Amino acid sequence: MRERPGPAPYILLAPFLLIFAVFIVYPLIRSLGLATERSFGPGTSDFVGIKNFRLLLIDPLFWKAARNTLVFTLGSVFIQLPLALLLALALNRPTLRGRSFYRLIFFSPQLVGLVFSGMIASLMFEKRTGLINKTLHGIFGFSLDYPWLQVHIMPMLIITALWMYVGFNMVYFLAALQNVDRSLTEAAMIDGASKAQRFFHVTLPAIRPVGAFVVLLSIIGSVQLFELPFIIFSQTPYGGAGPDNGALTLVMYLYREAFETGDLGYASALGWIIAVFLFLAGLGQLVITRGEKA
Amino acid sequence: MSAARNATKSTLTHAPLLAAAAITLIPIAWMLCAAVKSGEDFKWLFLPRGDGFLGIAWDHLTFSNFTRLFGEAHMGSAILNSFFVSSVSAVVATLACAAGGFALARYRFRGRGPITVLVLGALIIPPPLLLAPTYELLYHLSLLDTFTGLLLPGIAPAFGVFLFRQATIQSVPRELLEAARIDGCGELRAFFVIVLPLLRPMIGAFMLITFLMWWNNFISPQVILQDPQKFPLAVAISQLKGVYYQDYGLQMAATVVSVAPVMILFLLLQKEFIAGLTAGAVKG
Repeated sequence: MRERPGPAPYILLAPFLLIFAVFIVYPLIRSLGLATERSFGPGTSDFVGIKNFRLLLIDPLFWKAARNTLVFTLGSVFIQLPLALLLALALNRPTLRGRSFYRLIFFSPQLVGLVFSGMIASLMFEKRTGLINKTLHGIFGFSLDYPWLQVHIMPMLIITALWMYVGFNMVYFLAALQNVDRSLTEAAMIDGASKAQRFFHVTLPAIRPVGAFVVLLSIIGSVQLFELPFIIFSQTPYGGAGPDNGALTLVMYLYREAFETGDLGYASALGWIIAVFLFLAGLGQLVITRGEKA
Repeated sequence: MSAARNATKSTLTHAPLLAAAAITLIPIAWMLCAAVKSGEDFKWLFLPRGDGFLGIAWDHLTFSNFTRLFGEAHMGSAILNSFFVSSVSAVVATLACAAGGFALARYRFRGRGPITVLVLGALIIPPPLLLAPTYELLYHLSLLDTFTGLLLPGIAPAFGVFLFRQATIQSVPRELLEAARIDGCGELRAFFVIVLPLLRPMIGAFMLITFLMWWNNFISPQVILQDPQKFPLAVAISQLKGVYYQDYGLQMAATVVSVAPVMILFLLLQKEFIAGLTAGAVKG
């Protein structure tokens, strides 16, 4: 029997299509136009062509923001993800008791959210009064004045993000590990493969697709870092992006240009640079995973 | 394997895990302690020491930070705003996405292919790119500084449509819909009476993550709202500093109040939460 749905699918899709057209498609097209304009708040703009992009490339603040963002992204991928995998491996032992208890705890910071984590971090990393310096001082004799919020801003942000997201990424890895065919590892064991050999030649290849996905998610999230530094430094006397713009990220710079300076055009040009970069990262991931299958 | 060796092995696995769990929980414990301390007692790392039970000066602890929060700092309205914004979005977005996802999965109609491509394509748009043009659009629509302007752009997210499309393919059998049709059930009625109940697991998970996303959402209310009476918790809390700089007790009390509802929801609905937050990822 041929189905004759009539108008039903259109009615069901109408709310989505309407919102999508007005608040995704239109702004997306408009952002292309805006990127060629210079504006002073909404409704007042001049056409400047590709000048915004030319200015961005020689803008030292853009490069500072790009460098900070890159450092944070590398920290997320190369420090946070291996730790998440280690935790997942530890939790994946079949004889382990209390797995769901651990999973609950490791996952919980994710719920605190970026804004509220930023609030906690802004106080914990304070000189003298913050818990971090007091603890490091008590155990290792670190200086109580170690300047997390003044100088070592990116490590401070990487540590905070580590606390927030390591459990979240662990959940993905754990799910992937539990899908690894046990007969494969057992066969390798019978063949006399060592623990390390089993990990690198059986387990790791089996969880690679999920691993690639988690890396991509991590890059996408890290490149868009905004709330954490914004909140942390709104709670300190430095304000803005911290001393010497040490916490300035690409999206923070976009926010500042759009809503503090009022130049929606320059901000849109910056938005396109971020979008193209992320698109290339996604494409790269696709090419790498496809290449492996072939 | 001997019992002794077993015990050593179990200690070896549990020691690092317990250490990691402690590190995870310490900031939360520290926040809880700071929220009930005041003045001099901040010289103690966690709770003030004294001669009460467990060597803690229980009588020093105070709820004054919380009373000040609702009194002078006006956080009461921020809590209501957060609940309003998060629950309205959660309910409306779930309905809109379930309807759209179901239609894409189970109907053949003109335009289905292109719409599916659009839904997938929208997933790769980074939200910051749309920040400036959306602000400009809301300005022209006179929707800046309104809840409508805040909520409208996010009430039918493409990733939700995608998730519900996958969920429908997995759990809504075609045969059931055909049977309903033969029995004379209208298409829209079938959606509400047959499809929605079958999608219940995804509905629970999606409502929870949408609620959580809006509860923790900062950038859109920060950009769109101007009237402090309308601020949700995330924005209100970021402005405490102006007046109350280094008022640790007040800042942490505000954070406790902001985080507690989500934590309680999570403890009650753990499974749905983890399913929601990792939805579509592994199988996607």
